[in-house]
Parts: sequence; structure tokens; C-alpha cells
Amino acid sequence: MDLAIEWGQVHALLGENGAGKTTLMNVAYGLVRPDSGTILVDGNPVVIHGPQDAIRLGIGMVHQHFMLIPPLTVAENVILGHETVTAGGFVDQRAAEQEVRDLSQRYGLEVDPRARIEGLPVGIQQRVEILKSLYRGARILILDEPTAVLTPQEVIGLFGILRNLAGEGSAIVFITHKLGEVMEVADTITVMRRGKVEATTRPSETNPAGLARLMVGRPVLLRVDKAPARPQRPVLELERLVVHDDRHRVAVDGVALSVHAGEIVGIAGVEGNGQNELAEAIAGLRPDRGGRVLLDGQDVTRATTRHVLHGGLGFIPADRHRMGLVLEHSVSDNLVLSTFDRAPFAQWIIRRFEAVLEYAQRLIKQFDIRAESPSQPAGSLSGGNQQKVVAARELGRQPRALLASHPTRGLDVGSIEFIHRQIVDQRDAGLAVLLISSELDEILSLADRVAVMYRGRIVAILEGDAIDRDRIGLLMAGAA
Amino acid sequence: MTWRRLFRPAAVALAAQPVLSIVCGFLVAGLAVLASGADPVQAFSALFQGAFTNPRAFTETIIATLPYIFLGLAVALGFKAGLFNIGAEGQFYLGAVFGVFIGYSVHGLPGIVHVALALLAGMLGGFLWAAIPGIIKARTGAHEVIITIMLNYVAFQLTDFLINNRGPLADKTSSAPRTPFIQHAAQLPILIPGTRLHAGLFLALIAIPVVWFLLSRTTVGFQIRTVGLNPTAARAAGISVGWTLVITMGISGALAGLAGADEVLGVSHFMPPAFSTGYGFDSIAVALLAKSNPWAILPAAFLFGAMRNGATFMQLQTQVSADLISIVQATVIIFIAAPAIIRWIFRLRHTPAAPVQLAKPDGAAPI
Amino acid sequence: MIAALQSLHLTELGYLTLLAATPLTLAALGGVLCERSGVVNIALEGIMLTGAFVGYAAALATHNLWLGVLAAMLAGMAIAALHAALSISLLVDQIVSGTVINILAVGITGVYYRTYIQESSGVGPGILPTWHIPLLDRLPFLGQIFFQGQAITWAMLLLIVVVHVVLFHSVWGLRTRACGEHPLAADTVGINVYLVRYVNVIASGALAGLGGAYFSLQEIGNFLPNITGGRGFIALAAMIFGRWTPVGSFLASLLFAGADAVGARIQGFHNIPYQFLGMLPYVLTIVVVAGAMGRSIAPAAVGRPYKKQ
Repeated sequence: MDLAIEWGQVHALLGENGAGKTTLMNVAYGLVRPDSGTILVDGNPVVIHGPQDAIRLGIGMVHQHFMLIPPLTVAENVILGHETVTAGGFVDQRAAEQEVRDLSQRYGLEVDPRARIEGLPVGIQQRVEILKSLYRGARILILDEPTAVLTPQEVIGLFGILRNLAGEGSAIVFITHKLGEVMEVADTITVMRRGKVEATTRPSETNPAGLARLMVGRPVLLRVDKAPARPQRPVLELERLVVHDDRHRVAVDGVALSVHAGEIVGIAGVEGNGQNELAEAIAGLRPDRGGRVLLDGQDVTRATTRHVLHGGLGFIPADRHRMGLVLEHSVSDNLVLSTFDRAPFAQWIIRRFEAVLEYAQRLIKQFDIRAESPSQPAGSLSGGNQQKVVAARELGRQPRALLASHPTRGLDVGSIEFIHRQIVDQRDAGLAVLLISSELDEILSLADRVAVMYRGRIVAILEGDAIDRDRIGLLMAGAA
Repeated sequence: MTWRRLFRPAAVALAAQPVLSIVCGFLVAGLAVLASGADPVQAFSALFQGAFTNPRAFTETIIATLPYIFLGLAVALGFKAGLFNIGAEGQFYLGAVFGVFIGYSVHGLPGIVHVALALLAGMLGGFLWAAIPGIIKARTGAHEVIITIMLNYVAFQLTDFLINNRGPLADKTSSAPRTPFIQHAAQLPILIPGTRLHAGLFLALIAIPVVWFLLSRTTVGFQIRTVGLNPTAARAAGISVGWTLVITMGISGALAGLAGADEVLGVSHFMPPAFSTGYGFDSIAVALLAKSNPWAILPAAFLFGAMRNGATFMQLQTQVSADLISIVQATVIIFIAAPAIIRWIFRLRHTPAAPVQLAKPDGAAPI
Repeated sequence: MIAALQSLHLTELGYLTLLAATPLTLAALGGVLCERSGVVNIALEGIMLTGAFVGYAAALATHNLWLGVLAAMLAGMAIAALHAALSISLLVDQIVSGTVINILAVGITGVYYRTYIQESSGVGPGILPTWHIPLLDRLPFLGQIFFQGQAITWAMLLLIVVVHVVLFHSVWGLRTRACGEHPLAADTVGINVYLVRYVNVIASGALAGLGGAYFSLQEIGNFLPNITGGRGFIALAAMIFGRWTPVGSFLASLLFAGADAVGARIQGFHNIPYQFLGMLPYVLTIVVVAGAMGRSIAPAAVGRPYKKQ
């Protein structure tokens, strides 16, 4: 693929998750090797083996997950690896701080060089990351989803800085999925989708709707035949739910949603807008900081995961390897992972293997799990079959509500179809389904109602004819 | 070379690894002996002699094996849950203290009852001592390694206080610091007259299948193993990880405590302040060698018991100190824990089983 | 008169405390360097034991105490190198590696003690001489404690400052701390995490080896099996209690050694169990480690092996 970045410009790389934007820039920074093609800097072909080479060429990268060391100060973090020294190998603290101050002033990145990283707000930490690159003489600055962690005010601050830098002649590459920002700050926009460049344009030549269409592309033929939903009583209710992320910041900001028996509610949104935290909070894996979760009328806000699961919730987690399965356990053990200590699978503390086996065989047949034997380790199954195991386990318990988070990620078409079919069939049987997915096709294909999540909030709930691909794309990207 | 071809099949390689580690361990120790100016052949034959050659020596070997069985099981159980129970030594002590106390202070009970009571007391002592780090880990996430090591030393001091001159458990009538002798009824019966081989043998042999049963056939065992393999998935399936860790430490401690009580009731019939000589640390090696498999603990414990017993004889007969077995143990662990070395030496094919890595970076557990 | 007697008492106590704190501090300093770079080191005990032994053996063979001290440090470095190779390159769990070293040290010193030391005849090399700083050592109380002493204790005091300066003011120290907190970040700025860890672990060996030499070459002029008696673990506790800093480790060592010295003194009064004072370092460490809930004070990446991406 081809891409040209120019000096003195802010070039935005726009696309959904998995579009390939980060990978492409990782190649530029030397973290990934290209299989073919060339990289040219100022017209000269270069080879980049690692970050050292990239730095030498003047390329700097500000990662999505900061590479900062919390207990050290700003100055120490900036100079790490290229320290200013006095005689004898000592760190010249004062000179380092002065340099940081000089850089700060020059580029308008206000920071206190003596402050420790761990006490600084994220927006300021990001400035330190930028300073790190500038200190090493970066003229080409790549920022990976820089606004993901910023407040709106901090975003404005960042844009000012980027414009400054571009004004000084640096080239900025801005990776994002957010349309509004792109329109605001970019000089050039390249839209990527599934590893290819869809288009390169300018803000003046396009509009958010057009960009959104390029981002999410044309609808895929994958569609499930389903009858219209006949929703009954609400099974899963979220009232003004507030959840914090690992950094103690608000990830879910007052979400209110109601999922009825016999309907599929899909939460669309680009990953990183609070969906994971929402799912974990509902499943009892993360404490809620506000609001309520009701399952079949019962308040399960403070309930343990065990309580929630046995209270009628099925949970298909987003990461089947980390959270969904124990790969070393057999398929049958995985199928009873949450029920192994209850009748009929156990009598007091003695496990009843015949009952487990029988149950496993039944589920394997029902869900068409391709495994040689129920006792083979789950890790030896293909991805699709592994996910079927998780689905089988949860659906086999006959829950009243199903929380499915990215249930078909990384699967082959056949498995995707199968799981989608299962979900719809269960819905018809009265299951309430809350589907979280960043795969818009999946949402459009399955959901009866679509809620769009952006920055921790539900920005819209659409149903019926209002469910429009372009519109959702815009909402997902924070515009419209 | 034909013997290399013998080792090719992956399955053989897998089983061969512990055996080869032991062989290499002895080889390295042999070199160390050589470097000290003594004759390794003489040393090893004395070791072997001391462990096996006469019936009396053989029973002594079995006696030395028994604590290793219990303690090895204790450590192995911990490994299954992802816990590193270095505190087996301290739990061993506490078990002995509790056991000996019931052994000498209670009067008038029939043999079986007294023994059972004392053993249970020992298990309780070990359980409590291990539950402390278990609870701390469950509630604060603090690593059990440091806490268990510290508790070992607290146990030593506590025991010293209790048993040394004028301590509450000390026998005031004795010139040497020790507890009173336990009641006759509390003694574990001797199995073969003329030897010291006691009924603790049965306990140890029962303990192995019990632990195996616990791990493979019960819900508790399933929970323990699941938490050890993937705590994140365990939590997402509703398992209480904290509770599981506490229970595992508790059972592990109970086993170690049982070892202590067993030793007191079966061998010495009293308890001196300086009780163990590194049984707890050695048992880490036993568990590693057995790869936490309860059945494999038996041969591993037997090996260590034989070495320990034979070493005293070796020290008497040759110039070589009994500490030689520590060199063997350490080297065996190195080869087990870094299988790459063995594979490189013997050009074994890379087996799919993961190397003995006790803490995977994401916090999921060990063997 | 009473005051003079009293001050003698305290001064002697202070001096003994400083002495007893010497091996603890040295080993703890080693632990600080090692763990600050991200490698857990529970082998301090084994390294000290090895140092004590090799130091003594060398001094015995050459009749030169100073060569003995040097040999102790080199032996410490060698054994620490094994720990480094196992845990950094072979990715063996750091706790297992440390335990192995401890067991190995007992084995090696035990075997070679028998053949080299126990059997050897002749006079031992003696102990390190006590030096005095003229004038200053006449100072009441402080003079007797700080301005007279033997070489290893002087070295310890100096090393506290050295390690502090290196760790917190030098380039090497900055990189070390980076590797212990966030090795990936350090790697992305071009720091060789493996090298930094190796060097720090080996340096910790030198320090702990020197600490071991205290026992055989400064304190008693002989070597006995298990001469270190678990002090390596108290040093570990001192390091933790001292929050992984050189000065903190020193103060914690003084506390622990002092409690021990006081305990020995009151052993005479049989209604105060001295063993409870002996438990003090361990209980305090447990409280510190358990009480650090959430607020981690250890280097963030300590204990986790680093694999280059």
C-alpha cells in the first residue's frame, strides 16, 4: 500500500480497529518488519530495523499505551537512554530540566520537569511522551489514538500543540477512529480499511458522512435470516451505570439500557469506548461506581460473578483465551466451568464424571463442536470451535439473559454463521441478548435495536428503519 | 549415536527429562567431590551403602522419606494453585509443636484416639500457619514467598521460646532443652521390631492417593487447578480465587503440619528446639522433581530420603561431608527448571510440555 | 559516675549494633541493586555463606586477610552470575533460582569445608585489624561507635553512600530503575535490559559476598557451617522494610541488629522472652509487605522475567 506524508502537515490516518493503521506505523517505527515494499524518508529509501533506526531518522512515536516510568520524574523519563551527563557518569539533573523546559516553551507543551509521572494527569503525561520524541530530534511524529485517554479540554490543548509542531515544519501522523477530530485538526486524511488505503482526501473535499462510509465500507453479504423480534418483559436493566477503568477514570458514564426477553440489543462502537468495562461490570467482575444492574428484577449491582451467573446471566467474554476458557482443561471440563460443583455434575465435593461427559457429548452434538473427544484439551481446538465451547457452555445453562462480548472475533465464516444462528434461535425462545461488538456487520445483522456507545455514553438507541449503516458509523465516530 | 536415536520420541523425552536431570545432578556432584580431592566413586558407593545395603539402613531410609512425602505433597499442592509455599518448614515446626503438646499433655486416652488427636492437632497447627499467608495474599495480593519465608523464622523463634529452657512447653526436669516425652499411648506403633520404622508409613502412603483424589476427582481440586492454570477465566466463571488460595494454603499447611506431628509421634517421641534440618526447603526440590504429580512424589521423596540417610554414613566413611546431597539437589533442580540445558546436552527434541516456569508473566500459575 | 557507667553500656551496645548491622546492610544493599533492576534475589543468604567460606579459605591459604576479602567478593559475584544466568537468560522462575543458590551454597560450603578447612592444620589468618581515627575517636559515644572499627564496617558505611549516589544520581542508576519499573519502556528507548540486570545481579553478589566475609574474616576469624544463620533473610527483610533504598536498608538493619543486641542483653532476665525480639524483623516485614496493599512500593516489574519483543 502507498502512503505519502508531507512536512509541515497534520496527516490523519482514519479507520476502525483492525484496519491496519497501527501496524503500518509500527513498520515506520521499526517495531514490525514489512514483508515487502520500501520506506522513503525525504525521498531516500531507508531500512528500519528497530526503534533506534527510526529515532535516528527523526521518526518518533507516541504510543497509545504510554512508555513512561511512573516513579521517575518528567525530566528523567524524557532523557532516559540519551541522558545529559556531567563528568563521571552522573545525571546532570539541572541541565536535563533546563532542556525539558526549553523544549516545552518552544513547542507550547507546558510541563514541570521535576514532577513525577505517577502524579500527573493523563493529558500532561501525553505531553511528556511527545517531549520524549522531540528531545531525540523527531521531525516526523506519529501519534497512535492520542485522544483516547483525553478529556475534551485536553483534546483541544493537544490540537493546539500539533498545529504548532506542524507550523514549525514537523510532519505529524495522527491515527484515530474519530471523525470529528479528523475534520478539525487534519490537513490530509487517509482512510484505511482492512489493511488497504480506501482514499486520501482533505477536509475541504469531504464530509463526515462520506468518511464514515469509507471507514465502514459496503455491507457484507453475511446476514442472518430472522423473524422480527417479539420483546416481552425486561430481563436485564442498566440504570445510570457508572464504571471506572483500571486507571480510576470514568469508562462508563451513566449508561441506561433495557434488554427484553426475546430481543437482541446490540451495542455498536469502536473498542475502547467503555464496552469492556460495561460488560465486566454487568458480569460482576468489576465494581460499579454508580447506578444499578437488575437481572430479572433482582438488584445484582453488588453481586459476585457466581451469583450473577447462577441468577440467570450467560456471559461470553471478549477474550476467549484469557477469560473464556482454560486451555489446558478438557473440552468437557470447560463446558462445566461454572457449574462443576453443582448437581448433577457433583455430589457434595465428589465430581460425577459420567454426568459431565454425558452433558458434554450432548452439547458437542448440539453445537457442532468439532473435537475428537470431549477429553481433549480445549487449546487443541480451532478458534471457531473454542468459541463454540464457550457459547455452548453459557447457552447450555439456559440463562435468561445473554451478555455476548465480541462473540465471533477472529472466527471463520462458518463458525460465525453458526453462532449467530444459535443466538437468534435462543432469542426466539425468549432469551434476552445484549450483544457488544465492534464489528458493525455483526450488529447490523443480529440486532433488533442498536445502541451506539461513544466515550462511555450511549449516544443513541435506534430501531427499525432508523438503523442505518452510515448513521451508525457517524455516531460511532463521535460525529452527528 | 544409537542412544540418541533412542531418545528421539517425544514421549520418551518427556519422561527421560527428570531421570536425566538426576543423572546429571550426580555427575556434577561427582565432579565437585573430585575437585575437593576425594574419590567420588567411594563417596557414592558409601552413599548407596548407607541408604540401602542392610535392612536396618533401609528402614532408616524409609523413615527419612516420610517427611519428604508429606512436605512434597504440600508444596506440590501449592504449585497446582500457583502458590509457592516456601513456608512448609515453618508449618512443619508448628505441626510438630501442636502434635507433641497433645502427645504429652493429654492423659488416659486409648492409643488410637490419642494418636489421631495428636495428628489432627498437628494438621491444625500447620493449617493455621499456612492460612496466614493465604489470607494475606487473598486480601492484599502480597506475594506469599516473602511472607512464608518470614513466618518460617518466626516459627523457629516461637519454637525456641516454647521449648528452650524454662519455656512453657519445656521439660523442666531435663537437662537438655526439650519437651517432655509424649505419652506411650500417643506413640505411633513400630512396624518392624528392632527398627524405628513406624506406622507413619501407612499415613504417608495413604496421603498420596488422598491428595491425588482431591486434585483429580473433587470439585475442590478442580477449583484449585483451574485457579492455578488461569485465574482470570476462573474468576469469569464465578470461582472465588481468593477463597481458593486460602484453602489451598490451608490444606498444604495441614499436610506439612501432619509431617511434623508424624515425626514427633513416630520417631523422636519428643521435640527439641532445633527440629528440622532443611526438610522444608528440600521438599521444594521434591515437588519440582515430581512435577507436582502426587504419584511421582513417592519416588522423588524416596530418592531424597535415601540421599539424606545415606549421607550420614557417607560422612562417617569418607572425607565427604553429608552436604554433598545439597549439591545433588540443587543441580537436579537446575536441570529440571531449565530443561533447555538437558535438551542441549542430549539433543532431545523439543517437547510440547512447557518448561518448569513457576510464574507466567500474566500471573497464571505454575506446574 | 552512674552516667559514665551508663554511657559505657550504651556505647558498647551501639558499637555492637553497628557491627551486627554490617553484614545485614551489605547484603541488603546488594538486594537493593538487584531488585531495583527487576530481579528478585532471595539467594542473599547463600551468597553470603559462599562469600564467608571462600573468603576464609583464601585467607587461610594465602595468609592474607585482604586477599580473602577480595576472594569473598569474587565468589559472591560468581554465584550471583549463576542466579543471573538462570533467571534472566534461561527464564527460570526467580524464586526457584534463588532457592537453588541457597541449597547449592550449603552444599558447596559443607563439602569443601570438610576437606579444606576442618582438616587443615596451622594457625588461622586472624581477623581484620581495628583502625582508629585519631582525635575523632575520643568523642564520647559517637567516637567509639563510628570512628573506630574494622575495614568491612568502614566499607559498608562508604558503600551506603556509593550505592545511594549511583542509584539515584547516575546514568546507570537511572537505567537500572527504569528496567525494574518498566522494562518495556526502557527497551523502547534503547536500553539493554538484559545487560543492566546482569550487571546489577553480579554487583549484588559482590556486596553480599563482602557481607559474608564479615562473619569469617572480621567477626570470628574462622568458618563454621551455617555461619550466616539466616542473616541473609533478615537482610531481605531490611531491604523491604527500608523500601528498597540504601539508607532505608541501613536504618532497618540497625533496627533489627539493635533489637537483637538488646535481646541478648536482657536474656538474663527470664521473664522477658528474647525470642520475641528475635521475631521482630520478620513480623515487621510481614506487616510492611501485607500493608502495602495496592500501594506498591517494590519496583513494579520485579520478579517478572523480561522477554525482548
